[in-house]
Amino acid sequence: VIPADFEYVAPTTLAEAITALGQAGEDAKILAGGQSLIPVLRLRLAFPTTLVDLSRVAELRGVTDEGDALVIGAMTKHSDVIDDPLVQQHAPLLAVATSTVADPAVRHRGTFGGALAHADPAGDLAAVALALDAELVAEGPGGRRTIAAKDFFVDYLETTLSPDEILASVRVPKLAGAWGVRYEKFNRVAQAWAIVGVAAAVRMEGGSVAEARIGLTNMGSTPVRPSGVEAALVGASDKAAVAAACASVADGLNPPSDLGGQADYRAHLARVLTARAVAHAAGMTS
Amino acid sequence: MTEQLDAGLVAGVIEDHPDALSKPYAGGELGRGRRRKEDAKLVTGQTNWTDNITLPGLLHMAVLRSPMAHARVLSVDVSGALEMPGVIAAFSGADLADVMGASMPCAWPVTPDMVSPAHTPLAIDEVRYVGDGVAVVIARDRYTAADALEAIAVEYDQLPAVVDMEVAIADGAPLVHSDKGTNTCFVFDFPGAGADYAETVREAGDDAVVVRRRFRQQRLLPTPMEPRGVVVAPIAAADEFTMWSTTQIPHILRVMLALTTGIPEHKLRVVAPDVGGGFGAKLNVYAEEVLALVVARKLGRPIKWTESRSENYQATTHGRDQIQDIEIACRKDGTLLGLKVELLADMGAYLQLITPGVPVLGAFMFPAIYKMPSYHFTCTGVFTTKTPTDAYRGAGRPEATYAIERIMDELAAELGRDPMELRKQNWIRHEEFPYEMVAGLTYDSGNYEAATEKAEQMFDMAGLRAEQARRRESNDPVQLGIGISTFTEMCGLAPSRVLGSLSYGAGGWESASVRMLPTGKVEVVSGATPHGQGHHTAWSQIVADSLGVPFEDVELVAGDTKSSPKGMDYVYDPENFSYPHGTHLCAVEIDTETGFTSIRKYVCVDDVGKIVNPVIVEGQIHGGLAQGIAQALYEEAVYDAEGNLTTGSLVDYLVPAAPDLPHFDTGRTETPATSNPLGVKGVGEAGTIASTPAVMNAVVDALRPFGITDIDMPATPERVWRALQGKDMSRATAGTVSYGGSQTASTGGAASSEGAAL
Repeated sequence: VIPADFEYVAPTTLAEAITALGQAGEDAKILAGGQSLIPVLRLRLAFPTTLVDLSRVAELRGVTDEGDALVIGAMTKHSDVIDDPLVQQHAPLLAVATSTVADPAVRHRGTFGGALAHADPAGDLAAVALALDAELVAEGPGGRRTIAAKDFFVDYLETTLSPDEILASVRVPKLAGAWGVRYEKFNRVAQAWAIVGVAAAVRMEGGSVAEARIGLTNMGSTPVRPSGVEAALVGASDKAAVAAACASVADGLNPPSDLGGQADYRAHLARVLTARAVAHAAGMTS
Repeated sequence: MTEQLDAGLVAGVIEDHPDALSKPYAGGELGRGRRRKEDAKLVTGQTNWTDNITLPGLLHMAVLRSPMAHARVLSVDVSGALEMPGVIAAFSGADLADVMGASMPCAWPVTPDMVSPAHTPLAIDEVRYVGDGVAVVIARDRYTAADALEAIAVEYDQLPAVVDMEVAIADGAPLVHSDKGTNTCFVFDFPGAGADYAETVREAGDDAVVVRRRFRQQRLLPTPMEPRGVVVAPIAAADEFTMWSTTQIPHILRVMLALTTGIPEHKLRVVAPDVGGGFGAKLNVYAEEVLALVVARKLGRPIKWTESRSENYQATTHGRDQIQDIEIACRKDGTLLGLKVELLADMGAYLQLITPGVPVLGAFMFPAIYKMPSYHFTCTGVFTTKTPTDAYRGAGRPEATYAIERIMDELAAELGRDPMELRKQNWIRHEEFPYEMVAGLTYDSGNYEAATEKAEQMFDMAGLRAEQARRRESNDPVQLGIGISTFTEMCGLAPSRVLGSLSYGAGGWESASVRMLPTGKVEVVSGATPHGQGHHTAWSQIVADSLGVPFEDVELVAGDTKSSPKGMDYVYDPENFSYPHGTHLCAVEIDTETGFTSIRKYVCVDDVGKIVNPVIVEGQIHGGLAQGIAQALYEEAVYDAEGNLTTGSLVDYLVPAAPDLPHFDTGRTETPATSNPLGVKGVGEAGTIASTPAVMNAVVDALRPFGITDIDMPATPERVWRALQGKDMSRATAGTVSYGGSQTASTGGAASSEGAAL
């Protein structure tokens, strides 16, 4: 439809952006790639007074190697994350999950940081950030703050970012050793949100699971890290053992019931898809 | 003297501009695979879509719509909107009552006693679906108009929503139109042209095998790429009007607007610029067209209205929405005895242009390609507090084909027969044409054997059946299903004599004229209005061959009541419909752990008669298949109990795109139609009609060993998974008598052989 009236500013540096955001007051919104915000504006579900557009802030884009971690600028587009050689080498789970986001048009507009700050539990990347122990770097008038992914996502569309802070970058620790990865996304048409998604990274030693990291998409009001299942998977050496370890993955969770699926179906999907994601990441054929 | 002068002038011009002279005719245009000449401008946007049109002093209209499915309108206060800068006018329904007409038209009174409620372009006293208009704002720009809607205050007194058809026709149900005393719009009873069904089955005695099923045709949202829009330019001094509209039917629209508003027909020009898809949803007369016209007249200013996708989903007609109780009977040897069809058809809240006629069109297609001595069809039209339904790609015929093709599979399972063998036993053999059908139509031609043989060769039926057996044997979590659909439809609507006998309120004829221009170029002036079919290209090919002029030298003039009048000269009104047919074969893989269905292989062989342009035919088949597969697996308009459309955007209404669809193996046979001189038949609906049952028969075939005999459409992963819960292969019951009972959300829309026995 047609959005209501709003002011628009487009700073060119992060410092300017922080200032602009402070001046605009608490009903301002940050415009990153716009792939979630603009539909919301068009449907008149939100009425921000000012949009602070970060698309001209060059310092918020790009991927850098900082030794034990990659630092990914918040305004790095999904398509650039997918194609980045550093990401492909050191954070392949992020590359494969990002390649399933929506459609090519969205991936060429939407940004990594925008997706995380929006904190939609149906979005694919929050579960990946959680599984990889990513750290989110926020900048505000009070300076810089680093937030662990497990502390960042608070509730549905809610994070620990304060209204005057901007998510500047995301620090993704490199996976050391030989890891296999898989993102199992279950949706009915290719460009749709995940009904359930499972991000898995698995390190094998001597034919059995030595370490597993798992993040669940759309199984609650935030992304979920099923630590108990990760622990139970250690030592599993075939699909049956993996499936047994994954059987409890939805225990205690409260997934949504909506047009995409009822909660009990989502719980079932989580069990099936987690087992598949882990087995695939582990390279198990039987 | 003058002629000589003109000839000399023309010769001089041609000397200066040699390209202006016609090239020699190359011949052989009919059947040639030409690229569509209209596409370059359409895909680059260098054309006039209705929303591109702008005029000096143009004002923008926005419609305030009811957020409630059913309510009395106690008051509408537009004063808040009028106070906003940039707002020129705002009107409630009551404000426009004198000028907007007493009711928008329904041109198809299917029975003499049909209940036809008044349908004002804006609601006055009562709203009857979410999206029903209650007020309009006219502003200098679109943004102001949208803002001003929020300043209009409406007081509603909520009334009960009526969402479910069976509830609507039950005693004591709340009434959609309280003044009518009933939610039943009509009961159309059609005993066919053959023997009495019940008597025929009774006479067969113990030899009769009867199978009953209840199928649901879910409600669909047509979703053309271009939403609706309208622009009206008045010439106040002359009380004349030009309307540009995203319509499939400019001529009918003009007549209906004149009848509705009282504006004389000859003072009204309607133009359909390039139209970005319609699928039947733009074959209508809409409230916004009437409103833009009467407001333009009232203000003496040009008016534009363009809908958003959300509005499109609420306020543009929907498709399908039937409950089909189907009973088929045969002898133990498989020879069909007859078919009984009882439909509930959801009209929605009001009757749009041909709302009640859509299921009635299907009445003739349920017997499909099969010989049977008896047939009985009844259809009850039902009012609900939902968006009105109307034509949608195939309009009644996909619904009919789905029912007969699904129940032929069920009958085959009941008899323990191969579903293709049962079809072959009962279909009209090619040497039997022309064939008078039990529904009264006479099919002129066809060759179902040839199309089927070709499809089977392309499909590798034997190999796929063997794989299916292996997967069943090994309890593979991924099961294979094979689905068949044969089909025919009545196309080229067509003989006015037949349409008249069905009380259809317009002729079935079509007109065209050909203008030879002084430079040898040709203009074809057609009453038919293209909205994606490739008329420019196909018409050019036909005319090029007829006149011996190059393809490039022919231009189509269409879609304008001024330049392409639906005159009575050179009118063509064929003696019969054309009957395209085809055989579609589909293999699906179902992941029994998640319920997800994916199409493994899709083969179709269509007989659309003589082909003018195989490229266009291929495109129409592909698009049709996408839409038919969408009904089987993806699309469904869902309303909640309060009558809210919960699939109100493309986030929730799942239209499949290229990654979701399989490769299509297409083939053709060519049996010329005898009802027109070109031997052509329709192609636009073929893929849509045949693919839905082909896919669903494949889904049920994969699940039949689990005792599952039906899945509601769309066959979502969750529905399939719920159907599989608690079932396993050992409970296979193929061959037992069964029928699908009532399906509710609690059973996930699946029926099983444990449900009930006949």
